[in-house]
Amino acid sequence: MKVVVMGCGRVGARVSSILDHNGHDITVIDTNAIAFRRLSPEFGGDTILGTGIDEDVLKSAGIETADAFIAVTNGDNRNIMAGQVARTIFDVANVIVRIYDPVREDTYRRLGLSTVCPTTTISALIIDQVIGASEPYRRVASRGA
Amino acid sequence: MYIIVVGGGKVGYYLTKTLLNEGHEVLLIERDRDKFETYSERFGSVILQGDGAEASVLATAGAARADVLIAVTGEDEDNLVICQMAKHKFHVAKTIARVNNPKNEQLFKLLDTDVTVSQTNYILGLIEQAIPDRAFIHLLNLRHADLAIIEATISEESPVAHKTVGEVDLPVSCVIAAIARQADVIVPDPDTEILPFDEIIAVTHRTEEDELRRLLIQD
Repeated sequence: MKVVVMGCGRVGARVSSILDHNGHDITVIDTNAIAFRRLSPEFGGDTILGTGIDEDVLKSAGIETADAFIAVTNGDNRNIMAGQVARTIFDVANVIVRIYDPVREDTYRRLGLSTVCPTTTISALIIDQVIGASEPYRRVASRGA
Repeated sequence: MYIIVVGGGKVGYYLTKTLLNEGHEVLLIERDRDKFETYSERFGSVILQGDGAEASVLATAGAARADVLIAVTGEDEDNLVICQMAKHKFHVAKTIARVNNPKNEQLFKLLDTDVTVSQTNYILGLIEQAIPDRAFIHLLNLRHADLAIIEATISEESPVAHKTVGEVDLPVSCVIAAIARQADVIVPDPDTEILPFDEIIAVTHRTEEDELRRLLIQD
């Protein structure tokens, strides 16, 4: 599978390294060259310096033939815009967008983007662990994970 | 009319000032605390500090009853999301986005922004008009129909010089609307002869603008 990942922070680097290790064709985009150091030493995919909200940068990352696009920069709005470019302009089948703000996440999920919201996911995990430990029936932390 | 302006840079500041002077109800949302304080001193209570892409900020601003929301921050991704949140979460009837990178204009239109203002294109257009001896000038875009109005100055070498309007094989979606000849403006009919030094005003579909340029100017 060909996957374009925008944002090479902890999550982007980890997702890219694992998918690459599993034999997928990965291109990572980041505005900061130093960010690529987070990739695993064995990473065999491509790295592109630039911003993923620029169509030309996405094209040079091979977006036109990509099966999936993952937007995991620190900026919600940047992820949302890039995700919509990938979906609307380049017809990428699987577009996954990280959005920290739960309200924005809800809005864009309704508009048809595949979204991941760390805020709600991590909150649910923590609440499950806190309540689960004190209740007679321990609930397994699973929601959203 | 109730208008929300997001982004208090130069554009947002003067826009707010102008709209207030015109008697509209205006609220300016600005993220930066220093700017917020400066503007509060000048404008009074029409400024709200916060991130215009946050639903809670838009709710405080009363977005649900706003007639128009104008996003004029310096970042295209912010302007896009602010307009989409206003439209889809608060059902604001009209959203206007400033587009900083002209390449993004098409995307904004595809994604339901009602009006886009590309300052870069606008300034390029103004500069283009100010450069002397340009034979073919893009005057204006007509947004709804994707049309443009252009001005072409005919020279002795132009392929259409001394032809009648009827003889010119115009692209399908082009119309010669007027010919300025010295002090006169002629509304042409098919028998009107095009002469050197005529200034032709034409309406064209934007996809045929280059073809029209080659036809009239042959550059």
